[in-house]
Amino acid sequence: MSDHPQSAPHADHGAEKHVHPTWSTYWKVALILALITFVEVWVYYIPAFAASKAFVPTLLIMSAVKFAIVVMFYMHLKYDHKLFRALFTGPLIIAGATMVVLLFLFGHLVVG
Amino acid sequence: MATAAAVGHGHPPTTTGLDHRKVAIWAFIGSECMLFTSLISTYLAYKGRSITGPFPHEVCNPPQCATTLQPILNIPVTSVSTFVLLMSSLFMVMALAAVQNKGKPGWAGTGRFARLQESSRFWLMATAIAGTAFLGFQAFEFTSFVHEGLTIRKNLFGSSFFTLTGFHGAHVTVGVLWLLTLFAIDMRRGLGPKDSLIVDISALYWHFVDVVWIAIFTLVYLIK
Repeated sequence: MSDHPQSAPHADHGAEKHVHPTWSTYWKVALILALITFVEVWVYYIPAFAASKAFVPTLLIMSAVKFAIVVMFYMHLKYDHKLFRALFTGPLIIAGATMVVLLFLFGHLVVG
Repeated sequence: MATAAAVGHGHPPTTTGLDHRKVAIWAFIGSECMLFTSLISTYLAYKGRSITGPFPHEVCNPPQCATTLQPILNIPVTSVSTFVLLMSSLFMVMALAAVQNKGKPGWAGTGRFARLQESSRFWLMATAIAGTAFLGFQAFEFTSFVHEGLTIRKNLFGSSFFTLTGFHGAHVTVGVLWLLTLFAIDMRRGLGPKDSLIVDISALYWHFVDVVWIAIFTLVYLIK
């Protein structure tokens, strides 16, 4: 496995010049994703932890980290034009907010 | 200036300086976020409200069920399919890098693995195979669920589960067909740096399908 930059900074059909991650970054990202998935499944099989209040938040955080890593590094959103970031995060925020409101409405999330 | 940049990058001039096709795929992905969030929300809203089994994480005992039914979700199998889909995203970025750098001598280093890294055909086919394997796992899961008595009409869990994962599976199927089309083009005339954008767009779609599964795996399979 080499650690060469994929290329010199190049423009990817946009007005901004940017650099994509290197080979080693892609492999490291894959390793991190696999490790997080392994930990997710591992904690699922620990009855004491699965019954605790920390179980759901822990899984949600790990899932969010995986989501963010793929979007930033594999979808290159970290390096891409800000318009693309807005086109993705805008609907995602609206959808996420709608989901939270819906769960409150159906009584899955309770305040107090 | 933006127009000059756009012309310089091989697409018609645009007001943003960005290729319309790439803007379109990001807008499409944004709309898909809303679609899948609505499906996941529906699943979560109906979670635990099924009157009759089988249930995802709980045992169903008589008289609620005719016979005792075990929790239906198969976490080990789904964990493997999740891993396969995650690795397919790695293969896809490899394919894109191979297309973008085709013709640049030594960009992937030297040796046998470097030659493999330079082959866009290999990575495209590897991604398609991983996607097909994921679909195979899903077909196995659906079939076993039906054999165990869970259909789309059985209960609220069945309806929302099959709709959500079925929609995702349909997206994976489209992705696999898209990848095979790119592979055929690569075999026929070869994909090079000038084709980066069409591979980039398919890669964005494929990674999106992957991130949706990341959410589904946690919210549907792991959270009890």
